[in-house]
Parts: sequence; C-alpha cells; structure tokens
Amino acid sequence: MSTVTSFDNRPTSVEPKREGGPARWLKAHLGLLPTFAALLIFLAMIVYGEIAYGRILQASTVSNLLINNAHLVILAVGLTFVILTGGIDLSVGAVIAFSSVAGVLLTNAGWNPWFVIVLMVLIGSLFGLISGVLIQFFDVQPFIATLAMMFLARGLASMLSTTPERLADESPMRGLATQFKLVDGPRVNDLVITPGVIIAVVVVLVAVFLLHRTRFGRTVYAIGGSEQSSTLMGLPVVSTKLWVYVISGTLAGVAAVVYTARLGSAQNITGIGWELDAIAATVIGGTLLMGGAGFVLGSVVGALVLGLMNVLITRDGGIRPETTTIITGGILLVFVLLQRAVASRRRE
Amino acid sequence: MTETQSAPARTAARLLRTPYFWGIVAIALLLLVNVLRDPGYLAITVNPANGNLVGNLVDILRAAAPILMIAVGMCLVIATGGIDLSVGSIMVVSGAVAMEFLNAAAAPDSVLAALAAFLLAVAFGAILGAVNGILVSVVGLQPFISTLVILLAGRGLAKVITEGQNTAASNEPFRWIANGYLVGLPVVLLFAVLIVIAVGLLVRRSALGLMIEAIGMDPKAARLAGIKRRSLLMTVYIASGILAGIAGVFATASVMTVDVSRTGYQLELDAILAVVIGGTSLAGGKFNLGGTVVGALLIATLDKTVVFLGISSSATPAFKAIVIVVLCLLQSERVRQLFRQRRAPGTFVPSKETIPA
Repeated sequence: MSTVTSFDNRPTSVEPKREGGPARWLKAHLGLLPTFAALLIFLAMIVYGEIAYGRILQASTVSNLLINNAHLVILAVGLTFVILTGGIDLSVGAVIAFSSVAGVLLTNAGWNPWFVIVLMVLIGSLFGLISGVLIQFFDVQPFIATLAMMFLARGLASMLSTTPERLADESPMRGLATQFKLVDGPRVNDLVITPGVIIAVVVVLVAVFLLHRTRFGRTVYAIGGSEQSSTLMGLPVVSTKLWVYVISGTLAGVAAVVYTARLGSAQNITGIGWELDAIAATVIGGTLLMGGAGFVLGSVVGALVLGLMNVLITRDGGIRPETTTIITGGILLVFVLLQRAVASRRRE
Repeated sequence: MTETQSAPARTAARLLRTPYFWGIVAIALLLLVNVLRDPGYLAITVNPANGNLVGNLVDILRAAAPILMIAVGMCLVIATGGIDLSVGSIMVVSGAVAMEFLNAAAAPDSVLAALAAFLLAVAFGAILGAVNGILVSVVGLQPFISTLVILLAGRGLAKVITEGQNTAASNEPFRWIANGYLVGLPVVLLFAVLIVIAVGLLVRRSALGLMIEAIGMDPKAARLAGIKRRSLLMTVYIASGILAGIAGVFATASVMTVDVSRTGYQLELDAILAVVIGGTSLAGGKFNLGGTVVGALLIATLDKTVVFLGISSSATPAFKAIVIVVLCLLQSERVRQLFRQRRAPGTFVPSKETIPA
C-alpha cells in the first residue's frame, strides 16, 4: 500500500504530517479513497468467496484469474491514460477483433508468426494514431472519433471473416499461452503463469513508471486537470494527447495478441462490449471520467474485481448468467457514488 | 466582394454552412449509388389491392422510424451537455415487457391488450429514463456513467424479464403498429413523423428548447437566470426514455419477437451519430432537431444501401465509419480553412466572374 502512496505526486496533494494520524493522512489523500475502496471491495469479495464457496484463495484460482483477465488488465491500463486526459476510447474492443482476425489469417497464410505479432500490435497503434489525429488536428470529439474507429475496425474484421478462425496447433503464437508451473501444488492446485500474464505485468509496470515518474505522465495528469492551463504553461499538449491514443491503441493490439494466444482462435465478434468493461474497470479503480485523477494500479484492481465477480458468479451456480450485467452495473454505480461523495467532500 | 455576390450564390453559401448540408448530400449520393445499381430503385408504386405505397424509399423511411425516435430524445439530452447511452437497452426492456405481456395475455385480436402492452412498454422506458434523470440531476453523476450503468443493467433486466428467452407473441393490433398501413402510408412512419413534429413544436414553440440550450451552454449562467436545472434534466432524460420505449415497440412489433441480445443493440451509437451528423455538438448547447432527422435518415439509408449492394450486413459499420470520418472532416475548421486557402489567391470574386471560363 505504501507503493500506492508514493505515486501520489499530483501538485495538489499536501505532504502528510507525521503527527497527524490516519484521519489526517486520509484527508490529505482523499483522491486515493476510491482506489482504496476498490481494493477493499476486492478483498471483501475474496473473503466472501472463500467463506461461501471455498477454494478461492488457492493457487489455481488465482492463476486462472490472472490468466483469464490479462487482456482486460492491458485494456484498462490503456484506457487509464486516455481517461486521465479527459478523453475516451471506444475503439479498443473492435480493434482487438480486427487485429486478432488479421493476425490469425496471416499466420495461417504462412507468414512469420513473430512478424505477425508485431504487426498485430502495430495495427492497434495505427487505429490509435488515426483517432488521435482526428481528435487533435480536426477537432473531432474523442467520443465520435473513437466511435468511428470502433465501427471501422469492426467492419473490417467482418470483411476479413465472419466465422471463427482457428490458429494452427503448432503456431508459435500459442506459445504465449504456455503454462509454466511456478509452484507445483497438490493435484491440480499449481501456481501457473503464462507469458501473457507476464506481458500484462510488464505493461502495468511500464505504465506506472510512465505516469508517475516521467514528464510525459505529469503532462497527462495536467491535461486532465485543465487543458487550457497546460497549454498556457507550455506543456506539449498536442503531442501528449496524440501519444495517449496511440498508447491505448497499441495496448489494444497487445491485448489482441495475448487473448488470441490464449483462445487459439479469433472471430469478428470478439471483444464486443470490452471497451465498456475496460471503462468500468478504470472507473471502479478510482479514475475520474473527467480526467486528472486516478491510478493505473487502481484500474488493475478494477479489472480484477470484474474478473473475480465472474468467478464468484460461476462458483455460485445459483445466480443466473443473465444477471451478470446487472451486477456489473450495480458495482459500477456503487463506485461512482463513492467517487461522487469524495469529490463533494473535497470541494468543501 | 460581398456586393458582387448574386442572390443564389448567397443562398448556396448559406446552405453550405448549414451543419446538416453534407448529411443531405450523403443521402443523395447513397441513393444515386443505388439508382446506378438498379435504375428503378427510387420508384414508388401503389399496391392496387389495398392502395398502399410500396417501394425502397418507403422501406428506408420505415426502417428509420425507431432510430428517429431515439435520435430525437438523444438530441435533447446532448443539448443539455449530457449523453444517453442507455437507449438501446431501454428499447430491449420495453420490447421484452411488451412481448411478455402479450404472450401472457394470449389475446391475438384484442386492441385493448395491444394498447396495454404499448403503455406498459412506454412506462418502463419512462421509469428507466427517470432513473437516469435522478442519477444525473439529483445525485449529480456524470451522464456518461449513469447511463452506462443503465446500459449494462438494462440488457440484463430484459434477459431476466424473458428468462433469457427470445419471447414471441401474436397480437394483430400490436403488429399493425409496425407493419400496418393508414391512408396508404405505413403507420409506423406516420407515428414517427407525428412524434417528431410534436417534440419539435413543444421545444421550439415554448421556452423549453431555449432553457435546454441554456443549461447545455453554461449551467451556472442558466441557474442565475432562474432555470430549474434539476426538473429540466429529469424531463429530458424521461423524454429520452419514453422515446426509446416507443422505439422498442417499433422494433419488436415488426417481427413480434424480442431478441434479448440483439434488439436495440448498439443503437445508442447510431442515435448519437445521427445527432452529430445533424450538426449538434456533443459539448451541448445549441441543438438542431431538423439536422437530427437528416442524420437518422442518413443512417437508415446507409443500412439499407449496404444490404442492397449485397455486402454482408456485418460489414456495415465500416461504411458508417467512412461516413462519420468524412462528415467530421468536412465540418472541421482546419479542412474548411484548407479549402479557403486554395480558393483565396487571385480569385477575389468567387461567384459570377469565375464561372464564364
């Protein structure tokens, strides 16, 4: 938890005084409250799951949670950048569909798989770049520009193929989903990890470094705080906003690689609604949709909350799958209400 | 140079500046493509048996009815500086309620049952719209998130209502709403036109439209001017919900089945597009209902054209993307400046004198 505090270097935050006690510290770091709440709910869900269903806090469940949500974590990290600047990226789900369908088709056509993987990531970057250029140079609103890219990517994916495209069994891309046993537990209870999970972890670490330890990251926060002031301060607003969409697009490409490798197939309807999941994860993690406040690690927790929720629903068995989206909506509502309460207290 | 401009040139210049001019051009181009493919595309004939109008244009207008409904509601919401992502989900909830009711009523010819189903659907739309309104105006959440919650929860709610089934029902009067004809015209079209006109008169003949624009432009100034922001926002979101409910009835009545995973799916995006194509800024403020109608018609025309040209309907989004990008570029200040710079050197008199060459 101490790591989280050290990231809070926004100019508005006040250094906590040593003699203040926890209440005072919390007052100085009200911006962290939603993220803490997300963490708390995550822990509460784990405890509840452990008591009600059991076998939650065990190596295999944790491994599966990470493996199955690696792509969502990567997407949420990308969206955190965009949302921090006050923008939005609706195109990520569709970009995954196009990138993965194109990737599988090219691999099966005999292209060098490593080259294809790079190409899949670059496809994402390209969509991000187009969104960024439309937004920055042609004054198109982020919602509309990324909506256009969403439609474009989904339409192109559908033109490529409308049936599930299977990745060949011997394709090296599947190697990204190889399960390495870190701890060989009893029976199937092993702590396993895949290159996909490692990629997600690396993405998170790089994003944390970028946002909290570099000039670029501070500019991102500054733009979210007030774009006008940032421009007046002489910050590179134009290039930063462009980069933010390129990053989001690139990470969508990375997520496409990780997801395709795990699933071993791709389809034009892959990733429908994932942009909403990623936005929800980001918001649950404490990032304000208006921009300027939030944490990458919060978004990771948000993504894991959504993932764990699915695990619990599956475990319960009594909850009908239809209600999943209702629960997601409910959790989202609780978190934004919390943010709202925090925001109003801060204004006082 | 202004005095040398002739009257028609001035009118043309004014037309070029209307935000939805390019929308109309796009519709004309799409229809032209269709005519090139089949010269008889635009023909509208009268069915001799019952005097009903039939033809591709009538089909387009019929298909435009649901999106017209939600686009009008969306236009008002966007004018207040908000956004309503939930309309597609409200459509499916309304459709599910109507179908479940008619299925349980099992009265295939009862007008009363159809009326009750219609009112029930609209009431559910109004309730969900009110939830949006409360979250936005009383709780003070961002419209994007509040309506995202309803977007997520609404589709789940519809699935719970129908227990995950695609409920079908039979009721002739209800079917008539979407498939019937009145004085030779499709009922659904007349209905949609009436509602659009009614909303247009309501917001433009009263101060309502002005007040909506006021809170969209500057909430603080609007408050100082004595505009009741809270009740106005409630009104707008409830109106959007009711219109989405009606759209849900249109969408389900034509096939008498509610498809819980596809009815109204992502239609909120189409509606937002229609509003933006019509020249209403997503930032709120001034809105343009006429433009929104043009936008809705453009989207319906595009949908029908792609199918008519024999392209897989799952590829339709790509064409929508092209239309959005082109229209946004044409509306963008930078591109307009580019055009101006090209024309500017030397040609001081753009209208009459340059033409004879």
